[in-house]
Amino acid sequence: MSETMLEPHAEEPLDTDLPDGELAKRLATTWGTAGGIIGALSTVDHKIIGRRYILTGFLFLILGGLAAVAMRLQLAVPDNSLIGPDLYNQIFTMHGTTMMFLFGVPIGEALAVYLVPLMVGTRNIAFPRLNAFSYYVYLFGGLMIWVAFALNIGPDNGWFSYVPLAGPEFSPGKRADFWAQLVTFTEVAALAVAVEIVVTVLKLRAPGMTLDRIPLFVWAMFVNAFLIIFAMPAVMLGSTMLILDRLLDTHFFNQAEGGDPLLWQHLFWFFGHPEVYIIFLPGTAFVSAIVATFARRPVFGYPAIVLSLIATGFLSFGLWVHHMFTTGLPQLGATFFTASSMMIAIPTGIQIFCWIGTLWDGKPIYRTPLLFVLGFFFIFVAGGLSGVMLASVPIDTQVHDTYFVVAHFHYVLIGGAVFPLIGAIYYWFPKFTGRMLGERLGRCHFWLAFIGFNVAFFPMHISGLRGMPRRVYTYPAEMGWDTLNLISTLGAALFVVSFLVFIYNVAASARGGDIAGDNPWDAATLEWATTSPPPPHNFDRIPFVTSREPLWAERETLPVVTGLAVDKREVVITTTTEARPDLKESSPDPTVWPFVSAIVVTVIFIATIFTPWALAWGAPAAALVMIAWFWPKSVEEDK
Amino acid sequence: MEHRVVRDLSDLPSYAFGPRMTMWWGTLSFCLLEGTGFALALGGYLYLAFVNPDWPLGPPPPLFWSGIFTLLMLASLVPNFVIERAARGENLFRVRLLLVVMSAAGLLVTGARVMEFAVLPVRWDFNAYGSLLWVILGLHAAHLVTDVVDTVIVTVLMFTRHGFGRRFSDVEDNAFYWNFVVLSWLPTYFVLYWVPRL
Ligand code: HEM
Repeated sequence: MSETMLEPHAEEPLDTDLPDGELAKRLATTWGTAGGIIGALSTVDHKIIGRRYILTGFLFLILGGLAAVAMRLQLAVPDNSLIGPDLYNQIFTMHGTTMMFLFGVPIGEALAVYLVPLMVGTRNIAFPRLNAFSYYVYLFGGLMIWVAFALNIGPDNGWFSYVPLAGPEFSPGKRADFWAQLVTFTEVAALAVAVEIVVTVLKLRAPGMTLDRIPLFVWAMFVNAFLIIFAMPAVMLGSTMLILDRLLDTHFFNQAEGGDPLLWQHLFWFFGHPEVYIIFLPGTAFVSAIVATFARRPVFGYPAIVLSLIATGFLSFGLWVHHMFTTGLPQLGATFFTASSMMIAIPTGIQIFCWIGTLWDGKPIYRTPLLFVLGFFFIFVAGGLSGVMLASVPIDTQVHDTYFVVAHFHYVLIGGAVFPLIGAIYYWFPKFTGRMLGERLGRCHFWLAFIGFNVAFFPMHISGLRGMPRRVYTYPAEMGWDTLNLISTLGAALFVVSFLVFIYNVAASARGGDIAGDNPWDAATLEWATTSPPPPHNFDRIPFVTSREPLWAERETLPVVTGLAVDKREVVITTTTEARPDLKESSPDPTVWPFVSAIVVTVIFIATIFTPWALAWGAPAAALVMIAWFWPKSVEEDK
Repeated sequence: MEHRVVRDLSDLPSYAFGPRMTMWWGTLSFCLLEGTGFALALGGYLYLAFVNPDWPLGPPPPLFWSGIFTLLMLASLVPNFVIERAARGENLFRVRLLLVVMSAAGLLVTGARVMEFAVLPVRWDFNAYGSLLWVILGLHAAHLVTDVVDTVIVTVLMFTRHGFGRRFSDVEDNAFYWNFVVLSWLPTYFVLYWVPRL
């Protein structure tokens, strides 16, 4: 291709020197990913890593879902002996752990990794090598826990692994250690992505994208990243203390030697409650994007939504104690935390009003993504209502640890995260693959999922009120819970069928779906300004943003900036608030070292389960590979 | 979609210093999350101190090595401040000189930290008080060692052919992170060494 090259700038051609077609080709070469296995492992393209992140997240959703199916089969009839108590303990722990740590948190970040750089109009995420590293750490951590489960050393203390049950005295063996290390893996990965998102949003926005022009999707992901940054260190600290108590005989949670099991609960829920919002905020991101596009108008109350997101972020840290109401807190404390538990309903309510107002005032087009959003409204609000009930201490005391709680959090989690997520996949699949998902199958998927979900989980409210405790592997027939449980299981089966329809739709459409074109939904945000799927460099020229809905404001031509290098990776850095162009920073090239580093870290994390010395001999190895990663490969990078 | 060029950025520089660079914000984000970790660890300490009426459950840690450590840390802020200025001025000679000074300072404080571990009055497996002392000091030591290693690497880097351009900005970021290591020590020092003496 170099024979047709025009050469006014002898050493460093700029995009101004090339005709359009040539420019696209040259940029794609510069930003491309090499072929072969080494190339694949070295890639730093946020779209490729993002795609892997998304697929891996869904893989874990399926694994966690299969664990749920096993539980529902066991509970379908009373006195069932399909699964014994020990295995059941492992299965519900694996289900909860997988859903929260390996699906809930990573899937939101996964979509952010793919979409945020496109939406802010840049060519790669900030710190792309860290991004690659994060993905491998996440993948290896998830594989580790499932392999451990397959070897019958899966964790069995529930997804919050309470001490003293999970402590050295009552959980000998390695099960709880695998759980603690899984947490370390996933938190390292999640924190890395959070930092990338924060910096991408602050510094890599396209020129002209001032703070009040940032898409709501990006705002939600940005606030979410902060939640991760402030919440995750708590559980990392907690799980480290837990594993030290178990392996090195420390006494953080040992009452006899001055420790306190409640310290675990505080640390865990300091993370655990924001965790619910960490799972939910990406859901709001998807909803805001989908509602605007399908209502055919900008989201009503942009400033109100942004402020609500920020308020949710702050308030979510005031809530952790409500998981501990039954531990006997001081009266005043309990009152305070009840109030703040109820208060967080306000910003969430404001957002829902804004979305409904948008649909009200717009001309809604009821395509599959919007259907899933409507399903979200219904289910999430129902979950919120049972949540407000639980925020009152007397009710919580009654139904604590019953199926009422199981019903509540599945309404919130599946309603708040899974329904918007499925809507998001229908919405962005054309961008990811260049093809549309089947609309008719999509509707079928929606109704099966909506009905299946409610049939599965609504009866759990009642079985809970009738006293059925959670985490029991079976129940006697005399309790009168059998019909309700059978209905739940049938509903769950329907829900599973809906996912089979989805998988079929994805597989069939990826090959034979309608060709999407750049902007099949006529949406307003920048990811639709480029081809589907986007080229390695995302945009041939960096967009210049003039409005909150750039593609609706500029229907004829897209304003762009020029002057970037063609033969080396360069991104435009803008100022944090006004997004004035400030620098052209170089962006890292592909390298295999993040992958190697992730392997070394994995070996260290797993080995420490068996000997603390792993840390001693592992640290120098880790230091060496990190040096190899960071050491500049050419003088080019120093400029 | 057709493009309409509205601005040309050919003349923008390729690097700068401080908050204009992505790395500065990345470093700041890591300081935030690690700072949260420290705050929670110290919170855990105070929580256990609160629920145990006869805290500390052992003698308070001695003041000699920790005092030397703290003084060295504070003193290192001076060359660290000067190095930030030298990096911004892209003064290669001064940067190299001061990096050597900072590397040496880093190794010295690491030595003081090692001595400190040797004289801690309770073992980590004796009681929860010992566990907290060891783990919180260990947490800080991990940050310390990481940044000292990083400083040594940057020092070597600046003596090679890579020592120009945006590497000055890396030097500045390294110095920025050192400030965090020092500042996070002060509350840690107060809680671990002085709270038991109050
Ligand atoms: C396929 C649909 C699902 C079904 C049928 C299902 C079913 C269940 C059941 C029956 C339990 C209670 C186990 C017990 O207490 O004995 C449970 C627990 C749980 N589920 Fe689900 N679930 C599903 C999806 C999800 C999703 C998508 C999430 C999160 C995003 C989730 C998060 C949890 C958590 C955190 C627990 C608590 C685990 C524990 O007690 O440690 N579930 N699930």
